[in-house]
Parts: sequence; C-alpha cells; structure tokens
Amino acid sequence: MSDSNIIPKWLSVGVIPLMNLFLAFCVSGLFIFFIGENPFRAIFVMIKGAFYYPGAIGYTLYYTTNFIFTGLAVALAFHARLFNIGGEGQAYVGGLGVGLVCLIFDQHVVGFLVTILAILGSVIFGAIWGIIPGYLQAKRGSHIVITTIMFNFIAAALMVYLLVNIIIEPGQMSPETRDFASGVGLVQIHILAKYLGLEMAMSPLNLSFIVALTVSVGFWFLVWRTKFGYEVRSLGHSETAAIYAGIKVSSTIIIVMAISGGLAGLVAINELLGVHNKLLLGFTAGYGFTGIAVALMGRNHPVGIFLASLLFGALYQGGTELDFEFSSITREMVLLIQGLIILFSGALAYMLNPLVERIYIKYYGNYNNA
Amino acid sequence: MLESFQIIISLLDSTIRIATPLIFCAMAGIFSERSGIIDIGLEGKMLLSAFVAATATFLTGSPIFGLFAAILASCSASLIHGFACITNKGDQVISGLAINILASGLTITLGIALFSRGGQTPPLASEQRFMPIDFPFLDQLSFVPILEELFVEVISGHNILVYLSVLAVFFTYYVIFKTRFGLRLRAVGEKPEAVDTAGISVIKMRYQSILIAGMLCGLAGAYLSIAHGAGFGREMSAGKGYIALAAMIFGKWNPIPTLFACLLFGFLEALGVRLEGVELIWIGEVPVQVMQALPYILTVVLLAGFIGKARAPGAIGVPYSKEG
Repeated sequence: MSDSNIIPKWLSVGVIPLMNLFLAFCVSGLFIFFIGENPFRAIFVMIKGAFYYPGAIGYTLYYTTNFIFTGLAVALAFHARLFNIGGEGQAYVGGLGVGLVCLIFDQHVVGFLVTILAILGSVIFGAIWGIIPGYLQAKRGSHIVITTIMFNFIAAALMVYLLVNIIIEPGQMSPETRDFASGVGLVQIHILAKYLGLEMAMSPLNLSFIVALTVSVGFWFLVWRTKFGYEVRSLGHSETAAIYAGIKVSSTIIIVMAISGGLAGLVAINELLGVHNKLLLGFTAGYGFTGIAVALMGRNHPVGIFLASLLFGALYQGGTELDFEFSSITREMVLLIQGLIILFSGALAYMLNPLVERIYIKYYGNYNNA
Repeated sequence: MLESFQIIISLLDSTIRIATPLIFCAMAGIFSERSGIIDIGLEGKMLLSAFVAATATFLTGSPIFGLFAAILASCSASLIHGFACITNKGDQVISGLAINILASGLTITLGIALFSRGGQTPPLASEQRFMPIDFPFLDQLSFVPILEELFVEVISGHNILVYLSVLAVFFTYYVIFKTRFGLRLRAVGEKPEAVDTAGISVIKMRYQSILIAGMLCGLAGAYLSIAHGAGFGREMSAGKGYIALAAMIFGKWNPIPTLFACLLFGFLEALGVRLEGVELIWIGEVPVQVMQALPYILTVVLLAGFIGKARAPGAIGVPYSKEG
C-alpha cells in the first residue's frame, strides 16, 4: 500500500494521518469513559503533567530523545522495506557497549574521552545486534521480523545473565553495575543552564537531546541527499528494480540494519550516560517498541518523527501524572493509547483513504486530471 | 537410579504444563499463517483472554463461562486483526504488534479499574478453576512400577485443557490436511489467486482461519489464568506467544512437528528451572538464562537454514486484492 495519488499530498500526508491519530484518541477516550472517568479531564491532566509543572517540559523532552532514536532506527529500516522490531534489543545491547567502555576505561582515561568512547560503544554494540539479523535476512533468507523478535529475547537473556553474574557491583543485591566515575556522562541541561546563569527546573533532559536532533538532520541528509540513501529508497520501492540498477541488495540490507541498530543503541546514552550513570536491568522500558509507533506516525521522515516523539514524550510524562490525579486510571493507559495509535496510524493507515478520496472527487474532481 | 527416574518424571510433568499454552498458540499460528496471515498477535490474544477468563470467572463463579468469555475476547482481537489486514489490507506485522501492545495496556488498565489490585484479578477458589483430573483406573497398574509412575505423574493429573491441547493438535492436523476446508485454507496461503478463480472467497477463508486461531488463543489464555494459575497477573503471558511463534516456525508450519517443538521448548524451560544452581559434571553450572534463550537461538539457527529449511506459506503477509 502506498499513499493515494488521487488526492493532493497535503491531504494524504497531512490530514489523513491527523484523522487517524484523532480516531486513536477518540477510542482511548471511550475507554476512559467506560472506566468511569472523564476523558477530557484526563487529557487536561496529561497536558498539565507534560508541559505545565516545573521541569515537566524537561521530562517530556527527555522521553522525546529516546523516541527520536528508536523512531529513526525503525524508519531507516522501513525505507528499505525492512521491519526492524528489534529496536528494544538493540538499545539494550547498546547499553552493554556504554557499560563496558565506562567500566573498563573510566578509572584510567579522562572523563570526556570515556564519554565519547561510550557513545561510540552504544552505536557499535547496537549495530552488531542489528547486523546479525540483517546478515541473516540478506544472505540466508531468514525473515527479519522473526529474527529481530528473537534477538530481543536473546538480548534480554544475555543482559540478565551479564548483569546478575558478571558485571554486577560486588556485594550488591540488585543487578546493576557500579556507578561510572564522576567525570563520565552527558551533562544535564538544567546544570548547563546554571553555568550560563539561567535558572531551570531539575529534569533528566541532557545533551543526548542535542545528539538526537543532530542525528535527525544527519538522517535526512543520508536518506534524501546521498547515493546510499537513494539505494536504500530504491530497494524499498522495488527490489527487482534495485537489482537491475546495479544496487548490491545484500550489502545495502546489512548496512541499513547496522545503522538502524546503531541508532537504537543511542537510547543507551540518554538513559545511562545522561541519567542513571550506571548500567542496569530493563532500562529500555519498551522505548524500542514505541519507536515503531513513532516511525509509523512520523511517516519515516525526521520532522514527522520529531513531532511524533514529542507527542509520545508528552504522553509518557503526562501519563505519570494520571497516577496522582486518578484512582482508577494509571500511566499504563499510555500503553493502551500507544497500541491504538499503532493500530490506527499503522495497520489502518489507509482505512480513511477511500472515504477522503470520494469526498474530494465529489467536490473538486480528480486531482490528477485537474 | 530411582532418584534420577523421579527427576525425569517430574521434568516431564512440568514440560507438559509449560507446553500446553504453547501448543494452543502454535496451532493458532498454524491456522492463521497457513491461510496467509502473519500472526505476531498470539501473545496479545493470549494475554487478553487470560485476563477476560479470570475476570469473567471471578464475576460469575463459573470457569466454563470464563472459558467462553476468553474465547470471545480472543476472537474479537482476531476480528480487529482481520479488519485491519484482510479488509483494509494493512500491514499484518504492524496490526499484530498493535494487538500485543493494546492487550498489555488494556489488561492492566481494566484490571486496575475493576479490582484496584495493581492489575491483578482476585485469586480464584479451586471450584472456580479447571482442576487436575485423576484417571480412575490407574490403581490397577500398580504392579508395573515404572508405567504406574509415568501414568500417575505425567499422563494423569492434569486439568482438562491440557488434554484438550493434545486434541487441538490432531484437530489442526485433520482440518488442515484431511478436509476440503483445509485444502482451501492452504491454497489461500500459497496462491490466493487460484482459490479466487475457483470461485471461493479468499476474504471469507482468511476470516474463518483467523477466527479459529482466535479460539485456540482463547483456550491458551484461559489455561494460564483459570486452569494452571488461579487468577490473572500483569503480563502473565510473559513472551509465551512469541515462543509459540518460534515453535510453529521450528515445526515448519506442520501440526505434529510443531507439537514436538512446543514440548522441546517446554522441556528446555523445565530443565532450566531444574538446573538452577546445580553443578553439572564437565559443564559446571548452566545459567538459567541460557535455557531461556535457547528456543529463540534454535529458531534463529533454523531460520538461517542451518538445520533443514523452514519455508513459510507462499502468500504470507501479502494482502489479497482482486485487481492484483
């Protein structure tokens, strides 16, 4: 399926996705209504929680950062018509890269350098976790959806094993590594603001956000302004055509999955270098899966992905506020909304096309003939 | 000798308990995927129906009612899947994923709203569950010690759904390979155009297949919460739907080999639990995580074509449109 060519682009790329989103929110509202709460009050609470309280915007943007990384990861693979469900595992293993670099070097090397190396570590480890399914798809014909799902579980088992048995801080009960040395890490924005003489409320927002924005620009350049991006998109359009055009399909698939995995791996810098300052169990918390919703909503374009990430960031941060304000709805409501968004913006993305087309033709005639 | 025999017996016993939901879900997967519809949503349908089974049973006091409610819930999820990817020709993987995430969010949200127990349902009394059935004639076997142990511990003493899961395998095998419906179902999954040309509705065939899949997932969910367990806990499906998916691929979309794959994966899990903290000769302690990861690793290796070749149905994942 692709976007309709009967109606103008602003309708198919702008209005219909918004209508799908609106539907998802309507159904979510119905659920809240059936539970016996006021959906409008819930929205109000969430908006207040996401933007109004001191530090709320910082929290929202901190979540946004994660979703930009995983959203871009899924989107790049989508451009090559590959479905990378493995963002969760790639982010997790990316965390291993960060953790190993920090634990090995932070006592001996200056903090700034360790941080740079740790960022590279997250990308490389995430990339490895993407390359293997990529290779298996390209060379052995294994379906990437299945292998990436399997790799999520393998990553989870691997990380539990390592954290419980090997890299746990000695004498400690919970499966975490020791704290990274004090000079290591990405500085949080509110601390940075203090140096510049600005007063900002405390929040986990850190330099990873800037990294995410830079990577978004890089993503746009890579996909739409380079030869490689052209190859990726042609592969996504038609594999046969790509082969005739002399594009090396297998190596393109493997490189796409490497970059995709690396992008997902960057979640670890936001979480570990920016916030936790150590490697711990389950820090990915489903961000990899949310990336799928983000990429679908954002139509695989960095601008769309930024907006979708912002929406999900606000939902996550606003969702925590539900816990305080309501007795019968909690932040898990956000999971429900997320599922509905994936359903309406993803699986049912083209449901409204025939309807909109009919209405458009009725009033304006055929767009292409006009 | 006697002790190791006891260990084997108890391992086999837990293998069967662990494998039951896998078997139901894997058979569901076979029905769906043989008709050309990818079913990532096994996990979500199982989770949803586990919740509905426990809730309906708690509210009515009858596990039979709970079972039917579970099947109904799971079939509704199937219908959403069908509406998205058969009627609207949406992406099947995305739709399945949506169902999984939706089920996660819905079960916790409704659970908290209904029972205020952090997403759990209240515990069920034993008369509200499907309890183990002991076969009556077993005491007559007491003169053959090994057979008796095997029968009493492994074969007998499970709840009705365990036996139903074995029936489900034969049902799946029979329907798919021995009936006209099954022939058409397989054809729809391989070459839908051919079936369409023969005047059979591809859409209807696919809806029927995913509804059967929905029923089977409903049984799996009911097993978790009102037979094996005594109530619903958040995320209680815990990835079993994905293991079932793996087992289905491991069994190459065939019911009997898939049954063995489910038993193998069940055995691995039982063994993993058993081996925790045990030092083996030569190997040392096997980390439980290795056993947990093995089903996934084996499936990846199989898919990569290193042990035989797993070939998915030809038209899988492709929405059917008459215009072609």
